Amino acid sequence: MQRKLLLEHIDVPGIQSYDVYRSKGGYASVEKALKTMTPDAVVEEVKKSGLRGRGGAGFPTGMKWSFLAKPEGVPRYLVCNADESEPGTFKDRYLMQHIPHLLIEGMITSSFALGAKTSYIYVRGEFFYIIRILEKAIAEAYKNGWLGKNIQGSGFDHDIYVHPGAGAYICGEETALLESLEGKRGNPRIKPPFPAVKGLYDCPTVVNNVETISAVVPIVNNGGEAYAAIGIGKSTGNKLISASGHIKKPGVYEIEMGLTVEEFIYSDALCGGILNDKKLKAVVAGGSSVPILPAELILKTASGEPRLMSYESLADGGFATGTMLGSGGFIVMDESASIVHNLYTFTRFYHHESCGQCSPCREGTSWMEKILHKILEGHGTISDIDLLWDIQRKIEGNTICPLGDAAAWPVASAIRHFRPEFEAYVNNPKQQLEVSYYDHCRNLASAEV
Amino acid sequence: MAKVTIDGIDIEVPDGTTILQAARMIGPEVAPPTMCYHSKLKTSGGYCRTCLVEVTKGSEKDPRPMPKLVASCRTNVMDGMVVTNGLSEKVQDARAGVVEFLLLNHPLDCPICDQAGECHLQDLSYEHGNYNTRTDFERRTFEKIDIGDKIQLHMTRCILCYRCVKVAEQITDGRVHGVLNRGDLSEISTYIKEAIDNDFSGNMIDVCPVGALTDKTFRFKSRVWFTKPVDAHRDCDKCSGKVVLWYKGDDVLRVTGRKDQWGEVEEFICNTCRFDKKQTSDWTIEGVREISRHSVISANKYKRLVRPKRLTINDIKALPE
Amino acid sequence: MSETETIKFSAETEALMQNIIGRYPEGRHKSALLPLLHIAQADSNGWLSVPVMNRVAEILNIKPIEVYEVASFYSMFHLEPVGNCLIEVCRTSSCWLRGANDIVAHIEKRLGIKDGETSADGKFTLRTVECLGSCGTAPMLQIGEQYHENLTMEKVDQLLEENRNTTKHSTYLDHTTFRTV
Repeated sequence: MQRKLLLEHIDVPGIQSYDVYRSKGGYASVEKALKTMTPDAVVEEVKKSGLRGRGGAGFPTGMKWSFLAKPEGVPRYLVCNADESEPGTFKDRYLMQHIPHLLIEGMITSSFALGAKTSYIYVRGEFFYIIRILEKAIAEAYKNGWLGKNIQGSGFDHDIYVHPGAGAYICGEETALLESLEGKRGNPRIKPPFPAVKGLYDCPTVVNNVETISAVVPIVNNGGEAYAAIGIGKSTGNKLISASGHIKKPGVYEIEMGLTVEEFIYSDALCGGILNDKKLKAVVAGGSSVPILPAELILKTASGEPRLMSYESLADGGFATGTMLGSGGFIVMDESASIVHNLYTFTRFYHHESCGQCSPCREGTSWMEKILHKILEGHGTISDIDLLWDIQRKIEGNTICPLGDAAAWPVASAIRHFRPEFEAYVNNPKQQLEVSYYDHCRNLASAEV
Repeated sequence: MAKVTIDGIDIEVPDGTTILQAARMIGPEVAPPTMCYHSKLKTSGGYCRTCLVEVTKGSEKDPRPMPKLVASCRTNVMDGMVVTNGLSEKVQDARAGVVEFLLLNHPLDCPICDQAGECHLQDLSYEHGNYNTRTDFERRTFEKIDIGDKIQLHMTRCILCYRCVKVAEQITDGRVHGVLNRGDLSEISTYIKEAIDNDFSGNMIDVCPVGALTDKTFRFKSRVWFTKPVDAHRDCDKCSGKVVLWYKGDDVLRVTGRKDQWGEVEEFICNTCRFDKKQTSDWTIEGVREISRHSVISANKYKRLVRPKRLTINDIKALPE
Repeated sequence: MSETETIKFSAETEALMQNIIGRYPEGRHKSALLPLLHIAQADSNGWLSVPVMNRVAEILNIKPIEVYEVASFYSMFHLEPVGNCLIEVCRTSSCWLRGANDIVAHIEKRLGIKDGETSADGKFTLRTVECLGSCGTAPMLQIGEQYHENLTMEKVDQLLEENRNTTKHSTYLDHTTFRTV
């Protein structure tokens, strides 16, 4: 088993507290950066590390940082995106809950690199107990001289504030998050300008995910090259995977990128195989937005190579036969799961979370939900399946922000890989209704009890 | 300056010009349709997605095509940019989709809607939509709210272009309405059922591209194509006083701002001019207004309104069998 | 109801609000709107009435409509009264795969109310919600600040019992949640 970078001390009793975290080498990256490095040198290490945004898009973090505009006399901001709301994803919550100082440390080191005197952690509103934990950690960091004026005598000042969201998935989109942080509705902005030029309060801003900022800590401690040596190809380092659904051991796993999907699902040290030893049917590998893949395509690529847990391997074959690593929200479905009903929960989700600003997403997401509901209720027709396909096609790429794509891809992939199941709902609704819609979840729940 | 090619036609425009503005400079044959963009309102546009175009070459410096269609109203031109609009199948397909989305929950009440005849959504669906509807779900409706005795709000017809919100924000001194709720439940509202009452609130009617905000003083008085638009002005201490009077016979049925060929208001007018000056004697008449915008009223029939000749027995005999 | 109707929060609450406003740069006080609405809601029996929202607008020196727009956008702000115990059950994908529908059906049966309703005695409100980011511990529900995970029917029954006689409102936060400076 390879070395853990983020979760190394997760099981140490009391690691939530400053004293224990510090005794395990906590805040070393801040010391190192502030005392021995220039801000640009920190950016350089992050570039060398090959770290890619862990929120879902996978954009190289070092490059994002180097785009930050630095006009004289204008404040710059670092904003941590802790609005974790992508169905299937719960790794950021896990990090913040169990080892909150890691994020605080990453925030300070990253802010030093970016020249940000103030940073905000935008936490999704439902996580109020996490806010409580973070606020306590921040207070401890102030008390011990890691925040505030002239940190550790370096002359660098920094303040961190926690900002609560209030229930809106769309605020995970970085410009919607900034709008929300400014006290407005979470409507994504039209880009360009990008936040790196005009972000929070029209100032240059970097928005990074919790896991991304946390990863800066081991990168600065051990050097960018050491981080880049871990993983495979352009998927460097470790990744937190949130595993859920029909597996024996749901949870958050830190894996080295390049592990095979098969090992991830079936290894006893990881997911432990399929619940009740049933057969694997399908996997949504990177959070609800990414294409669903049937068992044969998630375990092996179309060309027969073993599929790996990495940005490139999961994307192998494009959307025809591949998917995306996304946020690492790994949802596993066994043979009894209804793909159509699962898709319905996704489309209902996107309908509920669409901000309503642009017409394809506002109208299209609700239309798709209604059609799927109609199919589930046994009133669907074959032409409804084609209509669903056409609607998602007309949403994809035509919206202001990626939520449109995120709503379209699950529909497209479910139809692409599981069309016969949709047809079965249409042709023999009664049987499908009995097996999949009601009894299925009932059986499961009683098995659990 | 930047040179840009739209549907094969070159034009040179100042830096910072949007694709839409450049296309409009060339002319209506290449200009994409718009619903939410309004040239006199800052930060308008980007929402409806009807003006999506394809950028097949980004610029001279970076000739790569843009991966997605872009909203031409909110995308600036670059030197050497090549854009396709009417010539792009991808654009036409996406636009047909947008029209379908906009119509999905829009009521089919044109026969009783005051906006009919000068409705941008009618024009858009006629030019870019399909004849058939593919939905049989019940259309979305909203609870009616009263926003005063001058303006009628029909939320069910709204396409959420945000123009009226921007009018309230940018040209009135106290916005009391906005967009409430989220997603497809979003609605224009005051939330507390309060009248929208200020000197310039009437402009919300003029900027509304559909029949969501209409003039209560003109309600059900006439189809617009039976009225005759006349340019007129008066000395006004609040606004430019430049308006269009809409006549039926000798009566002024309504007063509106003047709209350009894109259907966008040229100069905003005050409520006194709009609602309180409905006598010809209040105005200096300039002459009959030519409506150049392509729509039902643009037939300009009022200009040659000739009473049809009564048929005589000889006419009937002359008709071919 | 009008724009001018307003209330006053307790001195303690108003002080906390001023403290939160101090987190944001000069002239950017509107940023405090979301945290202030949370605090206002916790202070007002778990929901935001017009006078409450008007007071928040007053404190931030913004137009009331700016508050209504925001409050109606976010799903955690309740514009109508809710029961003392607000039960929010997640039902998206992973939770559905692990039986969330049954949890909802069970609660509906026990409380005699449907999704979105409040029990006649005003004690419980049941809401189904979208993904709460607790997929690995599905099925789950939230009551106030607390996440209740890996639910079984027995656990649900126990939760309902515990909350049956609660007089305090199950709000998402209290005055100790935020660090004050």
